[in-house]
Amino acid sequence: MIRYVFGRLLSLVISLIVASVVIFVVIEIAPGDPASFMLGLNAQPETVAALRAELGLDVSKVERYFTWVTGMLSGDFGTSYTYRSPISELIADRVVVSLPLAIYALILSTVIAFPAGIYAASRRGGVGDMSVMGATQLGVAIPNFWFAMIMVLIFAINLRWFSAGGFPGWDKGFFGGIKALTLPAISLALPQAAILARVMRSSLLDMLGEDFIRSARAKGLSQRQALWKHAVRNALIPVLTIIGLQFSFLLAGGIIIEQVFFLPGLGRLIFQAISARDLIVVESVVMLLVFVVIVVNFAVDIAYAAVDPRLRTKT
Amino acid sequence: MKGLWIGIVLTVVFLALALVSFVWTPFNIEAFDIPNKLKSPNVTNWLGTDQYGRDILSMIMMGARTSIAVALLAVGIGMAIGVPLGLWAAARRGSLLDELIMRGNDLIFAFPSLVIAILITAVFGAGAINAIIAIGIFNIPVFARLTRGAALSLWERDFILAARVSGKSAFRISWEHIFPNILNLMIVQGTIQFSLGILAEAALSYIGLGAQPPTASWGRMLADAQTLVSFAPHTALMPGGAIVLMVMGLNLMGDGLRDVLDPRIRVDRT
Repeated sequence: MIRYVFGRLLSLVISLIVASVVIFVVIEIAPGDPASFMLGLNAQPETVAALRAELGLDVSKVERYFTWVTGMLSGDFGTSYTYRSPISELIADRVVVSLPLAIYALILSTVIAFPAGIYAASRRGGVGDMSVMGATQLGVAIPNFWFAMIMVLIFAINLRWFSAGGFPGWDKGFFGGIKALTLPAISLALPQAAILARVMRSSLLDMLGEDFIRSARAKGLSQRQALWKHAVRNALIPVLTIIGLQFSFLLAGGIIIEQVFFLPGLGRLIFQAISARDLIVVESVVMLLVFVVIVVNFAVDIAYAAVDPRLRTKT
Repeated sequence: MKGLWIGIVLTVVFLALALVSFVWTPFNIEAFDIPNKLKSPNVTNWLGTDQYGRDILSMIMMGARTSIAVALLAVGIGMAIGVPLGLWAAARRGSLLDELIMRGNDLIFAFPSLVIAILITAVFGAGAINAIIAIGIFNIPVFARLTRGAALSLWERDFILAARVSGKSAFRISWEHIFPNILNLMIVQGTIQFSLGILAEAALSYIGLGAQPPTASWGRMLADAQTLVSFAPHTALMPGGAIVLMVMGLNLMGDGLRDVLDPRIRVDRT
């Protein structure tokens, strides 16, 4: 187990290094100098040079890469060109929207998918199974941002149960914040729930074909008892992996949903930074998202190996 | 089997709409017709008109062209690079090269694809070409992994052994014996990636990073519809419906093809 964890840890570090280099290089080859962009066309060369020095653009690229990386390791993400404030503060302000949204969506997706998948598996080939599978077929085909628009049309504009967008802030009360995140979370969760329900179903069906289920049946358990007592627990292993992967998808997918609902999250920060060509913000936020995704995947791998010892021997 | 046919019909309908749009659309979408703006679906404009009075059916036809072209080329990139990489890794299985290729794939997989697509299009400029590249990159590891996995099991088979004994090089075996045998698998996966590409293109053009005006695209039609949806819901329902039907068609076709092309699964499911 220790060897396995060490191996995964090594590949985690390599992934993070490569990721940071790729992101840095992509941003570096972006056309346009941020300093001259910020100061406009009529700027004096001396002013531009002064700003370049202030932003740290006048040192070599390699030096800048290391400044950026070591800064991030100590929690210093640099300073935004446009906001004129530390990027770590900008991120901290937005994470309190994006992270709860992703977690909320993950909970919803799991709560919808588990019963749906178990129900479909227990009714294999029947009408119930067919309807759940049909619904998931629809679920994976619906773009989440379009589903979000439809939800706004129905629940915000026609029924007026929710507001069409915006975020009141957590200081205005927990319930208000949760309410503002409900439609976005449902829109994010639905397509993911469809995928998860399918995985749950097929994983359960695999388990139902195993010998230990036959033994359980032979000792007198009904099919339903065998399903609940033995199959569900074992089927959870592959399902957990998918949940781990979904978390990162939900965090990244939130970028678009935030646009639909005008939520002040990381996605909005990225888009505002893109249109202002504030590339240091883009660079740091993208790196943060990639970091979270890679670390979550690592955690899932470890959890997986802890639950299922057979996996430790594989790399 | 029913699913396969529904899938084929839906896919063919959208392909046909896209092809027909090259020679004919019901209305010219470059001409604004303000007096006729935001008309609900009616006899003249079957799917209604948008905020400039343009015919939505015509725009969906033109948009189908963009979606299909972007998604198809992105699948093409993934296959053209991923399949040879997978074959190469399998031919040199266990070597450092194999390890490098597969670790590289893991790395791409670990990236949140949407974030990187946004990064690429943001830095290199929004547009169809950059959208194709951004989506295509994430298709590479999908095909490389699938190819390697399938090729590895084929390398163990007797007919490959026979080819090796007869003195064929690993390259010739990969090309003449392995590749034809994994083609079915590639077609199925290609269909699935095609549908994911349609969704990705729609998402990118919705946030303004896909095909730029005057090129019509479903995603941008939805972005335009966002402020109109409360009083002209059809502006959002029609392009969104087109995306859902096209993606569903491709998914049904992919699932159906898998059942038909892979006899082992067919036995298993009945």
